[in-house]
Amino acid sequence: MKLTGAQIVGECLKKEDVKVIFGIPGGVMMPLYDVLYSEKSIKHILTRHEQGAAHAADGYARATGKVGVCMATSGPGATNLVTGLANAHLDSIPLVAFTGQVSTNLIGTDAFQEVDISGITLPITKNNYVVREVRDTANIVQEAFYIARTGRPGPVLVDLPKDIQLAETEFKYPEKVSLNSYKPTFNGHIQQIKAAAEEISKAKKPVIYAGGGVISSNASSELRDLVLKTNIPVTTTLMGLGSFPETHSLSLGMLGMHGTPCANYAITDADLIIALGVRFDDRITGKLDEFASKAKVIHVDIDPAEVGKNVLVDIPIIGDVKNILEKLNKYILKKKETEWLNTIEDFKRKYPLKYIHNEELKPQYIMETINKIAKDNTIIVTSVGQHQMWAAQYYQYTEPRSFISSGGLGTMGYGFPAALGAKVGCPEKKVICISGDGSFQMNQQEIATAVYNNIAITLIIMNNGYLGMVRQWQELFFDKRYAETTLNGNPDFVKLVEAYGGTGIRVTKKQELYPTLEKALSSDKFVLIDCLIPKEENVFPMVAPGSPISKMIGVE
Amino acid sequence: MRHTIAVLVKDHPGVLARVSSLFTRRGFNIESLAVGHTEETGISRMTIVVKGDERALEQITKQLNKLIDVIRIKDISPQNSVERELALIKVKTNSLPARSEIIQTVDIFRANIIDVNSQIVTIETTGTEEKVNALIELLRPFGLKEIARTGKIALSRGSATTSVLKNKPNK
Repeated sequence: MKLTGAQIVGECLKKEDVKVIFGIPGGVMMPLYDVLYSEKSIKHILTRHEQGAAHAADGYARATGKVGVCMATSGPGATNLVTGLANAHLDSIPLVAFTGQVSTNLIGTDAFQEVDISGITLPITKNNYVVREVRDTANIVQEAFYIARTGRPGPVLVDLPKDIQLAETEFKYPEKVSLNSYKPTFNGHIQQIKAAAEEISKAKKPVIYAGGGVISSNASSELRDLVLKTNIPVTTTLMGLGSFPETHSLSLGMLGMHGTPCANYAITDADLIIALGVRFDDRITGKLDEFASKAKVIHVDIDPAEVGKNVLVDIPIIGDVKNILEKLNKYILKKKETEWLNTIEDFKRKYPLKYIHNEELKPQYIMETINKIAKDNTIIVTSVGQHQMWAAQYYQYTEPRSFISSGGLGTMGYGFPAALGAKVGCPEKKVICISGDGSFQMNQQEIATAVYNNIAITLIIMNNGYLGMVRQWQELFFDKRYAETTLNGNPDFVKLVEAYGGTGIRVTKKQELYPTLEKALSSDKFVLIDCLIPKEENVFPMVAPGSPISKMIGVE
Repeated sequence: MRHTIAVLVKDHPGVLARVSSLFTRRGFNIESLAVGHTEETGISRMTIVVKGDERALEQITKQLNKLIDVIRIKDISPQNSVERELALIKVKTNSLPARSEIIQTVDIFRANIIDVNSQIVTIETTGTEEKVNALIELLRPFGLKEIARTGKIALSRGSATTSVLKNKPNK
C-alpha cells in the first residue's frame, strides 16, 4: 500500500508505541499534523513554546523510561527546540524530535522559515537526519528511536521536508534496524568484572559513586543487592538521586559542590571508588587532582569515551550497568567493614546537613515538610539554581526516577515543562515541581498547557526575588556586588495563574505551609504555591570552584 | 606528537561536517584531512593527521567512534605504513638558466612538469610530507606562485587493512 511520508511517520510512531507527543505545528509541519489529527491512539499536547515541548518530552522520558517525542515546525520552531535537545544530550535522555523543513527544492535558498537545524544540532544530538527521499522515511524513523534509547541514550532529530511529507511511497516497516556502524557494548567483559570483584574484596575503604547511568539502565535493584552484600556506602550524583534509597544507613547522600560533608569526606578518604554510570563531572570532582586521590577506581559505563576522559581508571568495565552489576554480584563475597563504617558514621554524626531554624519560611524547611507529606509515589522535578540544590539535599529520595532535574546543561526553566511531561507520563503519581522565581519565568507560558490539559501537578515557587544562585556567588566571590541578579518587576504569581484560570496560593508564614501543601497535594488540579522565602538564604555546604571537595564552605 | 588516523565513514551528506565539528568542539586540531572513496561503495575514507599525546588520541578515537556514521577507525603509525601526499606547485621561470635549474630539481625529485608557459611551470610531485616540503624549499628561491597539497593519505604495510571487506569472502 502506498502512503505519504507524513502517514509513514504516523505509522512508525504507532509501531514505536508512542502515546504522547509534545509540540507546536507550523507551515511545513501541516501534513504530519493532519495525519495526527485523525490518529486517536497518539495524544498531542500543544505547548506554548517549543522549548516547553522539548523539556516536557524530556520529563516524560525521565519519568517513564520511554523515549520522549516532541515536534516543531521549521525555522524558529526548530531553533526553539535547541535548548531542550542540548539539555537531553548532556543528561543522556532518550528523545526523538521531529522538525519540519522547507521542501527539498528550496533547501539552501534561505527560504521562508528555513534553517539548517541538522547543522545547528550536530553537537547536541546523538544523531540527526534530514529525510531526503520518501522511501527512506520508515528506516530513518525506526533508526532514530533505536539510537535514542540504546547504548548511552540521547536525543535524535529527524528533519522532515514538506514535499517528503506529501510524497508517496510503498510503506514497509523494516523488520529490524541494521546499522553496521553502531553497536554499543552491552555485556561487561567478564575478566574485568572478576578483577573488580577482587579489588572490592581487598578494599578497606570502598565507596560506591552512582550516577544517572544506574537510573537509565534500571539497575537500582542490582545496586541495592551489591550494597547489601558488601556493606559499601553509596553516594550519588544529582543525576543518580533515587538510585539507592537515601533512607538506608549506607546512603551518604549526594556528593560534589553542594554534596553532603560525609559523602565528600568519604570519597576523599576512600581507597576504592566504584563509579557506576557517572562521568566525573567538574561539579562532582572539584579540584581534579585531589579527587579520590588515595583510591583505585573501577569505572563502569556504557560509553567508552567517558572512561578515562577526566580521571585515570584502574579497572574500566564498558557496558550496561545493570548487566555488569548482575554478574559482579555473583563474584562478590559477603563482607563487613566495620572500621570504615564507623568512620562514615562519625562523619555523618559530626557533619550533618544543617541550616538555621527560625520562624522564617526557609527553603530547606519547605523540602523537609514535603518530605514528610509526600507519599512513595511522588516525583520531584526541579529547575536550576538554589532551589534545585535544596531539593536535592533536604528530601530523601528512595526510588529511581523520583527526582528529575537538569544536570549537565543546568537549564533554568526546565522544571515546569518537565514536570508537566512527567505527570503526563505517570498520571498515577504525584508530581511536585520545585522552581525558583527566576527559573519559573523562563517557561511560565506553560501555565496554559497545565491548566487547559488539567495536568495536576503542584508547583512550588521558592520566591526570593533574586537569581539566587548567582547572587550567592556574588556574595561569596564578588564582594556582594549584586550585578543584575535582582528580579525587579516580578509578577504576582498567584494572580498570574488565576489569569489562566488556575489556582494559586501564597505562603508567607512557616505555619501556613503544611496545610497548604496538604490541600494542594490532595487536589486533582494544577496548583501553584508561591512561597516567599528569605531573600538571601544560601546553599551550604559549598565547594568553591577549583577547590578540592573536602574543603567545604559552611562546614566546621 | 602527530598521529595519522584512518576513519571509514558512511558516504552521507554532512559526514565531513560531523567529523570536523567534533574535532573543533573537543579542542583537537586537524593538521590535514583527505577524503575519498574506498573499495566499498557507500563508504569513504578520511585520513586525518592530528597533534596530541596518547591520551588525547584515545579520546579522539573514542569520540569519533560514537558518531553513528563512523564505521571504523585505525591509528596508522608511520613505522608500519606507507604514506603519500600529492602537491601541485606553480613556480616562476623568468630566465632560461632558472628554468633549466628547476627542470634539474624536478628530475632529482622524480617529480613531473605538467604545465608550462614562458612565465611559469607547474610541477606535480608525490611522496612523503618531508619530500614534498624539501622540494618546495628548493623551489622557493625561484618564486612560488601557488601551491595545492592534498594532505596525507596512508595505508598499513603488508596484508593488514582497515577495510570493512576484511572478513568477507571475495565476491
